[in-house]
Amino acid sequence: MTRKLTRRDALKTAGLLAVGAATPAAAQVQSFAPGQMEAAIRKVLGEAEIGKGKVRLELPPLVENGNVVPMSVSVDSPMTKDNFVKAIHVFNEKNPQPNVISVQLGARAGKAEISTRIRLATTQKLTAIAEMSDGTCWSDTQEVVVTLAACLEDLP
Amino acid sequence: MNRALISLPKSVKRGQVIEIKTLISHVMESGFRHGTNGRDIPRDIITAFSCKYNGEEIFATQFFPAIAANPFLTFHTVATESGTLTFHWTGDNGFEVIEEAQIAVE
Amino acid sequence: MRWSDTGRLAALAIAVACVTASLALAEIPLDQRRSGYDNMSAATKAMQDEDTANPASLLVLDGEALWKRKVGEGGKSCADCHGDATSMRGVSARYPAFSPAKGRPIDIEQRINLCRTEQQKATPLAYESRELLALSAYVGRQSRGMPITVAEDDKTKPFIEAGRKLYGARQGQLNLSCQNCHDDNWGQKLAGVPLVQGHPNGYPLYRLEWQSVGSLQRRLRNCLIGMRAETYPYGSDEYVDLELFLMWRARGMTVETPAVRP
Repeated sequence: MTRKLTRRDALKTAGLLAVGAATPAAAQVQSFAPGQMEAAIRKVLGEAEIGKGKVRLELPPLVENGNVVPMSVSVDSPMTKDNFVKAIHVFNEKNPQPNVISVQLGARAGKAEISTRIRLATTQKLTAIAEMSDGTCWSDTQEVVVTLAACLEDLP
Repeated sequence: MNRALISLPKSVKRGQVIEIKTLISHVMESGFRHGTNGRDIPRDIITAFSCKYNGEEIFATQFFPAIAANPFLTFHTVATESGTLTFHWTGDNGFEVIEEAQIAVE
Repeated sequence: MRWSDTGRLAALAIAVACVTASLALAEIPLDQRRSGYDNMSAATKAMQDEDTANPASLLVLDGEALWKRKVGEGGKSCADCHGDATSMRGVSARYPAFSPAKGRPIDIEQRINLCRTEQQKATPLAYESRELLALSAYVGRQSRGMPITVAEDDKTKPFIEAGRKLYGARQGQLNLSCQNCHDDNWGQKLAGVPLVQGHPNGYPLYRLEWQSVGSLQRRLRNCLIGMRAETYPYGSDEYVDLELFLMWRARGMTVETPAVRP
């Protein structure tokens, strides 16, 4: 059973506020489905076994604003013609939609490392999975705490 | 109007792994927000990006609503030869931007 | 109106009021002034420092194109009178500045519009419009790294004082003044976020909360909304007086335009 997850709940969970939260009057975000991250991973990678390691998912542990969160993923791989990273996928736990980004690489990449900026609706886990040329999959998971700016803008 | 900003090293040696940084102007409206009047704000995002090196695709991406506005993306490639890098973004509502950059490889 | 918001901020207001009731105007000593940059995470600082990573860069490039575009009845561009944009070095660092034509200080957005109407014979650009922000960001970029130096003379002093009065005046449903947070409680936390001193040294800037570039007036309006106070219309004298006071308060600090802030 899903219930509308407000920022108030998120901050309470994070233990950051004892009394209430400054929630913007407008722009309520749709809720997430529990277990959506697992389901999304299976949808992309099927029944493949996913090991832990080789992948480094970097996110700031505490972000100033969930609208713009810098993220980078790097995978330990020689990136040669015979041994390279085919793809990198990133999934989230509590946004309304579980996919973040999917990237196709190849031996020509030279380095399996990307960085971008993502949106996080609330404090949650993210998982990055790398598909290797030999068919194996590797992953890393990080937890990120999302706070809010103090003086929010009502929509004009 | 300038839609995209691309940066790569000025001159590179053959075989060197270089980092390419891209920044494009786009609201990336997630489609999950409601406006003040209760109406849904429809999704409007960039959905795909790819980079070709002298015509050969070296990198491809699918973006989802979780990507922040004004998408910033960095990736790497091996500098094999001098030529042209083509950057192609596509998205909702017929969004399409193509940019080119020259690469000089010694 | 959510009672949880009022409850929490009212509690803060009462606490702050008790503390500040006995304090005189507690200005920050010049050597203790800190830019909002210092409170940011390393990742956000990196976003500001690198041109190719700064989300405001695209708008600055738009400003560069607009600088050269011929507009209005005379078909003149900014470049036709001002030449290269480097001639704008130091300009944003000394705005708001006194305008003899208006008989009072005006901010850089108003100055750009004055050029548009008087010199280019074109329609003024709307506040917070993409074009106005682009030009303001482009002109402001030319002052990056320079110290803020607004004039403090017989002409501007009355307006700096008017701004100071606004800064110290309690307003809105929470009866808070700018001073309560930004002079008396900077460095402490509000809703888990460190309170900045509130210096305008990076405007226009990319605010992560807005996911776009905005002016100092937009940010001041956010503050007023946060305080549950009535916002003045864009372009009001109150904003410009306040901007002038804030720039005077930040005198000597380095311009970071276009900055990035949470």
